[in-house]
Amino acid sequence: MAKFVLQAEDLDLLIQAIRADGYQVLGPVIRDQAIAYGAVEKADDLPRGWTDEQEKGHYRLRRRNDDAYFGYAASPQSWKQYLQLPRRQVWQARKSDLGIQVREVVDEAPAVAFLGVRSCELHAIAIQDRVFVDAHYRNDSYVNRRAEIFTVAVNCTSAAATCFCTSMHTGPSVTLPSDLAMTEVITDGEHYFLVGSDSYRGRQILKQLPVRPATAENLQMADKAIQAAVQQMEDGPRHFDSSDLKELLYRNLDSPAWDEVAERCLSCANCTMACPTCFCSTVEDSTDLEGAEAERWERWDSCFTGEFSHLSGGAVRPDTRSRYRQWMTHKLASWYDQFGSSGCVGCGRCITWCPVGIDLTEQVSRIRELEEP
Amino acid sequence: MIPAIYRIDRRLIEHPGAFTLHLSATGALPLQPFEPGQFNMLYAFGAGEVAISLSGRQRETEGQIAHTIYTRGAVTAALGRLREGDQLGVRGPFGQGWPLGEAEGKELLVIAGGLGLAPLRPVIYHLLGQARASLIPRFQLFYGARRPGEMLYVPELQAWSRQMDVTLSVDHADSAWSDHVGVITKPLSAAEFDAENCVAFLCGPELMMRFSIQVLLERGVSPESIYISMERNMKCGTGLCGHCQWGPNFVCKDGPVFRYADVRHWLGIRSL
Repeated sequence: MAKFVLQAEDLDLLIQAIRADGYQVLGPVIRDQAIAYGAVEKADDLPRGWTDEQEKGHYRLRRRNDDAYFGYAASPQSWKQYLQLPRRQVWQARKSDLGIQVREVVDEAPAVAFLGVRSCELHAIAIQDRVFVDAHYRNDSYVNRRAEIFTVAVNCTSAAATCFCTSMHTGPSVTLPSDLAMTEVITDGEHYFLVGSDSYRGRQILKQLPVRPATAENLQMADKAIQAAVQQMEDGPRHFDSSDLKELLYRNLDSPAWDEVAERCLSCANCTMACPTCFCSTVEDSTDLEGAEAERWERWDSCFTGEFSHLSGGAVRPDTRSRYRQWMTHKLASWYDQFGSSGCVGCGRCITWCPVGIDLTEQVSRIRELEEP
Repeated sequence: MIPAIYRIDRRLIEHPGAFTLHLSATGALPLQPFEPGQFNMLYAFGAGEVAISLSGRQRETEGQIAHTIYTRGAVTAALGRLREGDQLGVRGPFGQGWPLGEAEGKELLVIAGGLGLAPLRPVIYHLLGQARASLIPRFQLFYGARRPGEMLYVPELQAWSRQMDVTLSVDHADSAWSDHVGVITKPLSAAEFDAENCVAFLCGPELMMRFSIQVLLERGVSPESIYISMERNMKCGTGLCGHCQWGPNFVCKDGPVFRYADVRHWLGIRSL
């Protein structure tokens, strides 16, 4: 892939070119004291010079000592919110003397560009694609939304303490196709983006920008920046061997580690909401007061709720132990049997947003530690 | 996926709380024909959907289906309030049914508990119908219920007993009861069958299936020849909502009928 250099002060031209092509641009913005995703109309909307400090149950915005646009890690909410809608109407029904009529509510998919998609997030979208698109029955709303997405990927040049993508082999370097892929380089008074494209429409955007071909030095600087993130994670406490996770968890469904974690877990479902791959949903049916009009809505659901496994004899998973075990075992083990890959991309959101600071990577080592030889 | 609208042609009370609805399609496009063991999602207007197995004949006039329902929650209660001529929504058929081909040339043991007879009735219809009985050298039904008054399809059980071996058992008998009393495993363990050349289809409470499987294994039936129908919470029926996961399986699309040899590991784990 040919690489080009786009000066940082020209980033707005990229945003405007994508907008002019008919896309609404969504990207990182500062909201509620966090770097969240939202509408981006100009480069000034981006969190320039800000980063996030993340740890177990901890998230704070911090000033960077440079003007990086993409110098932060995983946002509280993932791109999932735009592809698998948190709540959407599925059908509308009417009952009259003529009987029942049901009308499907078709979700209009907007043309949207995701600006600043990290490698772990591209992997998360690919994982959800296998659930919703490569299936016998598809989720049409997801399929339509997904088909319209223009992606601008950004390589990570710094990692949060909660990141462990190197262990899950999903980053920090972008390895899946995107329309445009960029690396932000800040060095010796220079601030630029190294940009490449995997698609025709990406190249059409690139053509409109004041870019110049990258030099060997530019490429080297970009690689060095990504390597810094790799090093950060490999030196950190959350670096581990994930190659045997499925076997490890299947062998340890009765581990005392589940009892330990159940003592702390609140069954609050935050991890499943923040997770970019968790896909479970439920439906809500209702009528108007006269009982003539009915609606069905689909919304995100979580395996941590009691209702989730409800049967006439009670919940199949009646306690936190069985619910946490279901979540973690699904994510790291049965996902392989169901969809051919892990359900975890190592983004660390479940660690940061757990109100009691439960750490998935610590749970993995605890299960390993308690396994009888 | 939106439901097709069906009309209730006939409503039969099986016993207090349990009823069978015979439905026919109102639209031009009825659902696809079903395989015995599959289920539909039934929609009671405004109240919601519930997964109910198909309990009728496979080859009735096109667009006609039957469901046997036990009132347990809000949706089944709403379905229970419907009367002949009323309408409801149907999506399906979903899931993997009973492997009828596996049973050909072998003895078939159908083992059911309570409402578990419903998804097995199409199997009985299928095998007793036409000349198919000759494909199965021996066909036995073991059916257990809590009380004589809680058995499904009572008039049919009598008719079937003239064409196949029917063994009935209840937990609590009354003075008119002359069949077995106690769990179904007792008559099952004493029954005559060729363990090396038989196939067993089981549907009922999980505990009843576990104990029945134990008896079958002790009698020498291979785990490959035992099939069970599992129940889990189902919201979508299409493998997308995640509710019915059971280990690596989605009960709605990989089941509800599973070969015991494939799932015995998961069946042994509590609160999975």
